[in-house]
Amino acid sequence: MQDIVIKTDKLTKKFGDFIATNQISMEVYKGEIFGFLGANGAGKTTAMKMLCGLSIPSSGSATVAGFDVYTQREAIKKSIGYMSQKFSLYEDLTVIENIEFFGGIYGLNRKALKEKSAKLIEQLGLQPEAAKLVGALPLGWKQKLAFSVAILHEPKIVFLDEPTGGVDPVTRRQFWDLIYDAADRGITVFVTTHYMDEAEYCNRISMMVDGFIKALDSPANLKKQFNVPSMDEVFFELARGAQRKAD
Amino acid sequence: MKQFSTFVRKEFYHVFRDTKTLLMLFGLPVVLIVLFGFALTNEIKNTRIVICDYAKDPISTQLTELLSKGDHFKIDKILTHAGEIEAGFKEGKIKLAILFPPGFSQELIHQGKAEIQVIADASDPNTANTVTSYVHSVVLNYQQTRALAKPESFQIIPELRMIYNPELKGATNFVPGVTALVLLLVCVLMTSVSIVREKELGTMEILLVSPINPLLVIIAKAVPYFLLSLVNLAVILLLSVSLLDMPFNGSVFLLFGVSSMLILAALSLGLLISNSTASQQTAMIISLMGMLIPTLLFTGFMFPLENMPIALQVIANLVPSKWYYIIVKAIMIKGLGFSAIWKETLILAAMTVALLFISFKKFKIRLS
Repeated sequence: MQDIVIKTDKLTKKFGDFIATNQISMEVYKGEIFGFLGANGAGKTTAMKMLCGLSIPSSGSATVAGFDVYTQREAIKKSIGYMSQKFSLYEDLTVIENIEFFGGIYGLNRKALKEKSAKLIEQLGLQPEAAKLVGALPLGWKQKLAFSVAILHEPKIVFLDEPTGGVDPVTRRQFWDLIYDAADRGITVFVTTHYMDEAEYCNRISMMVDGFIKALDSPANLKKQFNVPSMDEVFFELARGAQRKAD
Repeated sequence: MKQFSTFVRKEFYHVFRDTKTLLMLFGLPVVLIVLFGFALTNEIKNTRIVICDYAKDPISTQLTELLSKGDHFKIDKILTHAGEIEAGFKEGKIKLAILFPPGFSQELIHQGKAEIQVIADASDPNTANTVTSYVHSVVLNYQQTRALAKPESFQIIPELRMIYNPELKGATNFVPGVTALVLLLVCVLMTSVSIVREKELGTMEILLVSPINPLLVIIAKAVPYFLLSLVNLAVILLLSVSLLDMPFNGSVFLLFGVSSMLILAALSLGLLISNSTASQQTAMIISLMGMLIPTLLFTGFMFPLENMPIALQVIANLVPSKWYYIIVKAIMIKGLGFSAIWKETLILAAMTVALLFISFKKFKIRLS
């Protein structure tokens, strides 16, 4: 039996009459790369917000890293890392300053921070750039740095919201190497993406359509289930029944 | 606390690395002070006036001489008939006419009071106001010197007392107003833009999912602007005292205390604006329009509030800078202490607390 780090049971979020997330139930295991897929407007962001402790569910239950999403949101925030599609480091701060800032707001002490940032810069091979402003780095590097910063405090789970938007396939592949490294270290990776080749890299994926989870399994099983050769077609099969229009 | 200091340090990095913002932060007050102090003064010199003297007696002659002595007035003509006054106004040659009635001195000496007529071209009400007040001060000066020389009592009507600013200097009016303007503009603009920038860049998301308290984010953002505004205030005061000969009679402590209140009010306004806007440009426009116009109109340093319709006077009461302006004038020019301005200070404090409360209340955790 694997350790469960995220568990939801009929988790629902309503905005007035609109049900953004409709009774989703799932389990995510420790060290797993979990792909969270769905068309725009399917309810991915809403679900992710609830799991990150930013939004209170309307009904249902969920725990993240063992903490309740209703009552222990502060504890959840300490146990997770987050990186979004929008590139999110400060461009007018240097590499070192960014690392120290984000480490600092997660409460890492000065000494630990110094060690960690030195190690991180070495791992990424960024020594010559350490004192440069982040704005001067190429996009691929920025994203790798952003990801490393998101897991600097060694969270149990890292949420990645379309992390590879706008980068070339080679850089994307390198980025996924980092994700695999993190998963090997026992960090659960919860990732949303629109790239179906990336969906193939995940251990398991869930597909959201109109607020429901329509499918949840490994990419190989899903392809078998729908009897199609690629994840692209699985996605298409599921998403074409959608009623909601993406906005 | 450690998180907080990390945060404040980061905000200082932002401020000091953005040279454009920095230039605005410290350039704006200097430019405004110099501009208002020298170029845009409301002191009016060499106004052309006519005097219609029916009395032609010692006192009227002395007054006429006094009026022509300073650099405020230039006597265009001495008329003998009141009918000619209107022509001068119509041609636009003169801004003011003074009429001494027949038997002016005698009336003054025997009855103890006499009237002179002051007619001003009110098509420009500000100028009219200013130049008539110059006349009043000349008349008043004359009365005082007379009373000292001969203890006889008489009164030239209308009487207007000009205290604290007997020379009617422009700077004394403008500096407190400009101070309010600068503090409001800089604080509102900087806070709203810096918060909206985090939203635009996507870093706000990261901050909101981090364990750091969102309130702490906001307070940490405000700290550098708060401190820089105090530095700004010091620069303004130094400039106005050294360059514009502004008097500074009151307590520096009190002034900085009251200014802190206005700064806090401005910071919370900036927070409110940032809450309802998504782009830096919008935040900038709202801050500029929302601050500049009410401050210029309703503070009282450009347009006298007393002359405004009641409705506008009521609105003016809602503008924090109006109260700040009254307080600063009282402290700097009149040298009054807290006991004299506690009412205005209380109103300003109440506004600040209300704004802080509303903006914290409205500050939402959003991620989309």
